[in-house]
Amino acid sequence: MIANEWTVFAMRKAAELIAAFFALIILTFAIVHLIPGDAARVVAGIDATPDQVAQTRTDLGLDQPILTQFWSYFSGVLTGDLGDSFRTHQPVVDAIASRLPFTLSIAALGIVITLVVSLALGLTVAGLTRGNRNQWLDTAFGWSTAVVLALPVYVIGAILIVVFAVSLGVLPAAGASSLVSYVLPTLAIASGPIASMSRLVRREAAVVLEQDYMRTARGWRISRLRQHVKHATPNLLSSTLTLSGLILASMIGGAIIVEAVFAWPGLGRAVVDSIIDRDYPLTRGIILTIGGIAIVLNIAIDIVLAIVDPRTLHSGKVLV
Amino acid sequence: MTAVISPVTSRSRTVRRRLGPMLSTGLVLMTGMVLLAVVAPHFFGEDASALTDERRQGMSPGHLLGTDEFGRDLFARALVGTRLTLLLTSAATAISVICGVTFGVLVWMMPARVRDLVLGANSVAVAFPGLVLALVVAAILGPGALSATIAVGVAGIPAFIRLSANMAAPIMVRDFVSTARLLGVTRLKTLIRHVLPNLGEPMLILSANSFAVTLTELSGLSFIGLGVQNPEYDFGRLLADGLPNAYTQPIQIIGPSIMLVLMGGAAMFIGDGLAARSSPRLRGLTRARRTGILTRDADSPAPTASQDAAQPASSIRAHATSASPICLSVRDLNITDGSGETLVDGVSFDVAQGEILGLVGESGSGKSLTAMTAAGLVPEGVNASASMITTAGHDLLGPTSAAELARDVSLVYQDPMSTFNPALRIGSQLTEVSRVHMGQSRTEAQTALAEKFRHLRISEPDECGRRYPHELSGGMLQRAMIASALLTDAKLIIADEPTTALDVTVQAEVLRQFAEASDSLGASVLFISHDLGVVESLCDRVIVMRCGEIVEELSGDQLSAGRAIHPYTRSLLNAAAYLDPTDKMVRKE
Repeated sequence: MIANEWTVFAMRKAAELIAAFFALIILTFAIVHLIPGDAARVVAGIDATPDQVAQTRTDLGLDQPILTQFWSYFSGVLTGDLGDSFRTHQPVVDAIASRLPFTLSIAALGIVITLVVSLALGLTVAGLTRGNRNQWLDTAFGWSTAVVLALPVYVIGAILIVVFAVSLGVLPAAGASSLVSYVLPTLAIASGPIASMSRLVRREAAVVLEQDYMRTARGWRISRLRQHVKHATPNLLSSTLTLSGLILASMIGGAIIVEAVFAWPGLGRAVVDSIIDRDYPLTRGIILTIGGIAIVLNIAIDIVLAIVDPRTLHSGKVLV
Repeated sequence: MTAVISPVTSRSRTVRRRLGPMLSTGLVLMTGMVLLAVVAPHFFGEDASALTDERRQGMSPGHLLGTDEFGRDLFARALVGTRLTLLLTSAATAISVICGVTFGVLVWMMPARVRDLVLGANSVAVAFPGLVLALVVAAILGPGALSATIAVGVAGIPAFIRLSANMAAPIMVRDFVSTARLLGVTRLKTLIRHVLPNLGEPMLILSANSFAVTLTELSGLSFIGLGVQNPEYDFGRLLADGLPNAYTQPIQIIGPSIMLVLMGGAAMFIGDGLAARSSPRLRGLTRARRTGILTRDADSPAPTASQDAAQPASSIRAHATSASPICLSVRDLNITDGSGETLVDGVSFDVAQGEILGLVGESGSGKSLTAMTAAGLVPEGVNASASMITTAGHDLLGPTSAAELARDVSLVYQDPMSTFNPALRIGSQLTEVSRVHMGQSRTEAQTALAEKFRHLRISEPDECGRRYPHELSGGMLQRAMIASALLTDAKLIIADEPTTALDVTVQAEVLRQFAEASDSLGASVLFISHDLGVVESLCDRVIVMRCGEIVEELSGDQLSAGRAIHPYTRSLLNAAAYLDPTDKMVRKE
């Protein structure tokens, strides 16, 4: 029976995954078609000759019937052929493959740091302010997280560069040449999410700590640390993870911007350049990749949730 | 901006107190921003765009934040940039709010199936990073201020659809809505009359937060080159212009950074302040005192811990128990809540070794508070003081050993469904004391627990520990809790209405095992209940509490013989006489 529950769960998640990817493929496909006016004219540029415009139209496949276009795009995506970049004439897949690891590594590092730090921070603050203790901490936490939240990732990045690279000169400001280069981008990308997520954890923890089972745990007179880590955290994880999908997914957006601050050779820089250059095959490919990561991340959170809290297997995440 | 802050009259102080510090700070900051957006271009417009020979200057009285590579005054540019930033951010937020709310409410006009599909798709869109959605729009419309505004605005729509659809949901299924439909009122009318007014406050909070997010994303697009284009500039553009010069002229990033933080912070403070105001629970708490403390009565002597000290309280009874040693002794226990109101008033009692003492009273009589304090677990929200609390040989008013106390005192609570941790396996929870305080290994503890399960005739004793609480019944969980008392050889078991949440048929079995367990351990039991029938069949002696005071003390025999004197006890007895569920199936000598 247990196996059966997991089968249903796996099938539902697989269906969600496929549906979301299909929507993403349609969305990226539609980019060119939603361009106001004559797309070929816009892409070729204002001072293009009629021949160039016609060539661009062929390159974009706009001279074909729309279903034919979609089918060739769709089958291309499935076989890993995203076409060639207009600018470099290099396969889009190669361009993405060479840059993806850089984006993935700072995003993954940022997510891990965010989860660990905000769980520890939120739980500690909730524990210390329980029953009106340490009111000052409550206030300080509220204000300081609000300030960090008001700091966009690029401002944090800029401040980090000025402090650690320019003034102190201890960390590199740009590039991805060594492991130390990861420090500042990861810090920049994680600080905002840490602020919002630790608020979330703290709010949820305040509820969890007042539950009867926490009183039971206190009755066993185990250490505060063990109460929090063993007895509170699992209950916190389920509620926190349900709500934190958004925050974690937004880190992918953060990664794109942070790359501009630290001259990071990842997908973010490439997608911005491709949009400015109107290099549509590359834009489509990168958005498909980044969006795909976001979808996989969300499904992964659901799976972790089901493992941490088996009750969600039966009910599933509430859709609306 | 200073003009806005300076007149701190008594009136504005009252306003601030009513609004709360966060909301008033946010409102003041945001008003300042709006004023700046209106006037700054008039006063600083020239300095901000005039190309001069004073290039790349540092801070000076003439140029507070220095100048850029074209000799333009950076302080002026930061102020003037406010207008465009504020306009674009407001426009984008407006797109999100208006489209989101309209669609989120209209979704209720659709047939249920379509609605589920749309909301399902929307929940996927909400979880999709807004910036990526914005990139799609930017790719369609090309880089520029207009396309960035639309992009960020569109990216914010799903969140508002979700909120307004969620807010509408409980209203749309209410009775009066279906009645209204029967009466021929259209859905649209219902939505406008009943749903929209309820949206106000949460929508304001989300809008304020969304403004902050929009500001970040919009300036972010400008920063990476997809938003506002030169020669126009907003904060993001200014920061992007300044950052390449961070090594030579770090001052360049200060202006736009501070402005971004001030504007974003203003929106954030407004949102948080509104949210804090709308949750009265939090507001009320801020004035309360610290609670959960147990102190020794200042005017009472230190405990002599002798039998004499126990005498006054037990004078009523001339019982055999006075010969056996005392396991729990409480003197002059006072409990007050956070505001100082007395909940328990001067309660004193003893429990002899091996004795089962019933503590009876209606809810609110202070019996649970008394028991919890006697276990050394003063709940949050109240404070306790006493001249003496000696529990299983430990003076709770002095320093105690957590390990010994955890081993010697075992607790069983009222509702097993909530006192077990839903996320942990039963065995892992119940062996906590034996593993942490008695140094047993995981397998040792599990084996010992299974043995106790077997002893209590719990079915499948070896598998039971691997189950999660939701897989077992309430009676089973309560018996498992009793097993954990057996596991540590507890000297005192404090049971707070352990059978109240159970079916009557299960109650009897649990009570019998309770009696057996305390018998085999030779442990004392403090048994709290509001059910005199249960108490009568189980307890050697009964204390009746009312409004925080002990009103009567009876032996079990006196109770069953109906020899209660106090009118309150009599009324309790009369109430119990109608429903006497338990026969004398439970232990009785």
